[in-house]
Amino acid sequence: MAAAPDDAILKADGISVRFDTPEGAVIAVDDVSFTVRPGEFLSVIGPSGCGKSTLFNVIGGLLTHHAGVVSVAGETIAGPHQAIGMVFQEESTFPWRNVTDNVAFPLELTGMAKQQRIERARHFIKMVGLDGFEKRYPGELSGGMRQRVSLARTLASEPKILLMDEPFAALDEQTRLLLGDKVLQIQQTLKQTTLLITHNITEAVQMSDRILVMTYRPGKVKRIVDIDLPRPRTSEIVGSEAFGRYVAQIWSDLREEASRGMQDEEQAVLLEDGAS
Amino acid sequence: MTVAAAPARRAPHPYAAPLTGIASLVVFLFAIEAIIRIGWISQFIVPPPSEIAASFGRLVQEEHIVRRFFYTVGECLTAGVMITVCGIAIGVLMHRFRLLQQACETWVAALASAPFVLAYPLFMVIFGRNVWAIIMMGFISGLPPVILKTIEGISGTRRVLVNVGRSFNLTGTQQVWKILFPAALPTIFVGVRLGLVFALINIVGTEFLINYGGLGQLIEDLAERYDLAGTYAAIGFVILVSVVFFMALEKVERWLRPVD
Repeated sequence: MAAAPDDAILKADGISVRFDTPEGAVIAVDDVSFTVRPGEFLSVIGPSGCGKSTLFNVIGGLLTHHAGVVSVAGETIAGPHQAIGMVFQEESTFPWRNVTDNVAFPLELTGMAKQQRIERARHFIKMVGLDGFEKRYPGELSGGMRQRVSLARTLASEPKILLMDEPFAALDEQTRLLLGDKVLQIQQTLKQTTLLITHNITEAVQMSDRILVMTYRPGKVKRIVDIDLPRPRTSEIVGSEAFGRYVAQIWSDLREEASRGMQDEEQAVLLEDGAS
Repeated sequence: MTVAAAPARRAPHPYAAPLTGIASLVVFLFAIEAIIRIGWISQFIVPPPSEIAASFGRLVQEEHIVRRFFYTVGECLTAGVMITVCGIAIGVLMHRFRLLQQACETWVAALASAPFVLAYPLFMVIFGRNVWAIIMMGFISGLPPVILKTIEGISGTRRVLVNVGRSFNLTGTQQVWKILFPAALPTIFVGVRLGLVFALINIVGTEFLINYGGLGQLIEDLAERYDLAGTYAAIGFVILVSVVFFMALEKVERWLRPVD
């Protein structure tokens, strides 16, 4: 599906992933195709178990045993690519490095001089609103602050595409909305192409230009919804009527899939009980 | 309605813990002194702590205990550096080559409980009656915990940290030195501490058995003369060696990893 426009910076074409388990083969992702244009914010949303995180790993190059092709600016990728910067769902800061050293990590790998990379790191620390915390260690920061350190570290590598897997999933709703504002602000400042994997409808509508809705297992593209809300956006948009309409529309798409997922889980528990 | 505010919990004074530790030791020694003076424990088995303390001056002047202390510290330091360097390198290799780990980890674990000190005649045959026989005894006995804890620490590194490294295209060597090793450091330090304890026991034990070297030889001499106060004082110096190493290791760990 989805004919690829020529100006696409990221193209996923016919991605399928199958896992062999003791209970048999499980198709996690089935023939998923989409494109992302430069500067675009695309969210992938779906119920638990739809293969969102598998798709994240495929696009990030961490999972290579898949069918189909992922390409960045026309170049097919077969592993982690420097054009793609990843922000993970789990807390991923290095506890042994302070904020500056965490953010400077990708710059250190390039062999940049120490003073230069510290200055560069400070620029991104300021961008995520953590100036004043440069010398602090992750253990001294809140969950939201640590995720901002991870975001700054990824941005410091200056990726063409920012790939995020539910980066705020572990945070409370208020922090999540405020961090959403921060991500939007950064994305709009840097014109950063962003692909967000999420199961949170509000988060997806708040930030995205388009939302790709996935079906429950096997994960397929159910629909791609264009979000025609004005930019620049902030979390205040969640109170608008148009925002509510988009949320309702996506929920109606997701509801059936989420119900299927729930029934599937219940069935699995019953089967497990029967087996034991 | 008035609600009473809960009293804020004050942070303890930085010297509170060490001072409490010293105070506990003093109380313990006073209790032992009292028990011995009362006669519940025979003075011919355990001398009173006051007598042990009084023997320190004699040990310094006549037995050159300070020189012997530094001799044993030197042996432990050499063995400690060897077990750290070799233990971490072997642990990293065993983690890297899964077959090697599966084949050898059980053997290494079994070696950790082996009473190496009983093999001292073999070490004397190989190295002669000299300091290297003692250091090698310490090295061999302290190596297994460092290897095992290095494997455990690296294997326990959170998957997401490894994935961060992969996402930045780290090479295998960079993955080890920039992600796996620092992530495993707290666990590796547990192994180094255990290794040093094993090494110290075996070093002092070998000095005692072959009547050569530092504090172990002195303990043997004093015990032969039935100088109980001196023997216990020398054992106190062995404990001091352990304390010195533990404090130094803690400093190194804090330097390498300031906040967990």
